[in-house]
Amino acid sequence: MNVLDVTGLEVRYGDLTAVDGVSLSVAEGETLAVLGANGAGKSTLLAALAGTHLPTSGSVLLDGEPVTRVPAHRRVRRGIALVPEGRRVFGSLTVEENLLMGRWPKRPGPWDLRAVYEMFPLVAEMRDRRGGVLSGGQQQAVAIGRALLANPRVLLLDEVSLGLAPTVVAQLYDAVRRITASGTTALVVEQDLDQALRVADRVQCLLGGRTVLEAPAAGLDRDTVADAYFGITHPPPKWNATRPEERWTGSTPACRECCSAGSTPCWPAACR
Amino acid sequence: MQGVLLGGQYALLACGLSLIFGVMRIVNLAHGVLAVLAAYLTLVLVQQGLPLWLATVVVVPLFAALGYAVQRGLFNPALAQVGRDPADGPRGAGELAPLLVSFGVAVALTNLLQEVFSADTRTIPTGGLASAGLPVGSLSVGVLPLLTLAVAASVIATVQLLLARTSTGRAMRAVADDAGAAAMTGVDPRHMYAVATALAFATLGLAGVFVGMSTQFSPGYGELVLLFAFEAVIIGGLGSLWGTLAGGMVLGLAQTIGAQTDPQSGVLAGHLVFLAVLVVRPGGLMPRSVQE
Repeated sequence: MNVLDVTGLEVRYGDLTAVDGVSLSVAEGETLAVLGANGAGKSTLLAALAGTHLPTSGSVLLDGEPVTRVPAHRRVRRGIALVPEGRRVFGSLTVEENLLMGRWPKRPGPWDLRAVYEMFPLVAEMRDRRGGVLSGGQQQAVAIGRALLANPRVLLLDEVSLGLAPTVVAQLYDAVRRITASGTTALVVEQDLDQALRVADRVQCLLGGRTVLEAPAAGLDRDTVADAYFGITHPPPKWNATRPEERWTGSTPACRECCSAGSTPCWPAACR
Repeated sequence: MQGVLLGGQYALLACGLSLIFGVMRIVNLAHGVLAVLAAYLTLVLVQQGLPLWLATVVVVPLFAALGYAVQRGLFNPALAQVGRDPADGPRGAGELAPLLVSFGVAVALTNLLQEVFSADTRTIPTGGLASAGLPVGSLSVGVLPLLTLAVAASVIATVQLLLARTSTGRAMRAVADDAGAAAMTGVDPRHMYAVATALAFATLGLAGVFVGMSTQFSPGYGELVLLFAFEAVIIGGLGSLWGTLAGGMVLGLAQTIGAQTDPQSGVLAGHLVFLAVLVVRPGGLMPRSVQE
């Protein structure tokens, strides 16, 4: 049975329909990457899954049980843990206290403080520092650790790469890879296609709140996607790249190209 | 010496105000009149023949329950109205609605107390405790103020310990930092706010009992109580509990020293020190939030 089953989800912000009838499912042990440009509805989708912003229609099933209208704090106890966009580490709490907050739901499972410290040795060294003084990458590691300590049925990761240096992002995704490889079911929202493809089993691409592509990650190679379907030999360079080899890697995700207005219309068939 | 002891009372009064502000950024204008309510309740219980200590033991949990109810029933909806529903995150949209609600409570409760108890001044009979003194060298130190100071210090230490060491305290600090993120870890911010208010009201109830024992109070006395408590909080630094204790001392000292020079100007001296602190260090003497 699927851990997460989402059907016809619609989420609005006032008049704006941010997520417009998205369906998805995540099987036990699987990692699904949801890709798309800014405003494609990725974060809103996660907010609806985590219960921080309730959908107007559609349903969310966790292990077959409906949780569509369950508020966020109860949903964590049921097993949906979110690593929020912007990390949202508690600034005045120490690193260890931040992590212990993850233990609040008291769900049994493999993740305890020691396991998290083993996963993120740098975080272990910082355990007595306040969350507010950490670097972005350290905060992201703490946020991931905090969510893991809830021993979730499904881990939701929102834009882990946001505002972080490429090397830091790569390290964090190394950890995410180890986490998902150990059997944790995960849903990753990401703009950085390279990193997403490293951890995902399947990819789902959103445009304007709708699903425009679903494909297994194994067959998807960013350059192939870009070259074959959009006639782009190289994605645009990274705005702050200094070394030439950096300029062409891990920059604009192909899917964003795929989904951005004005380029070749993106249909599932066109992306495959 | 007398000033420090007086400061103990102010600190005890201000503790709850400081806690509510530290966790929720609400200024509870009903704080003073609620302290007076606690004094009246204790008075009634004592007049019914209950021993004073037992009356206190009844009033404090009663106030904790009242605090929980007030938060869930009044402050949380008010916070939600200004877009600061504790369940969904970023705050700072406006502090006015909860402030006005607490103002309404203060006004209504003052009048209610006046209806029930008239405007006459009362005091809780202490059986000589209020006038008892301990000789310290050439000085005689009042037993009641000394007790008040000890209680104030231990209440603040206890609350601080609770915030620093227990998982509930940790959750409270997390909610103060980012209520939305706390909800994502499984903490119900509305409940946690109510727990914080319950704790604050418990200390407030206790403070009310001590105020009632040491002074002549009437329904309108709450305004003065609120003012002094507020000054203690501001002098000490908003949201810092140890700062509040220090703030209470400073205020008590200023008032006592002021009264030495001229009996009429004690309160004025307190206000002037308050003003001076605001001008020189607007963040208070120990500007830290509850989290530290």
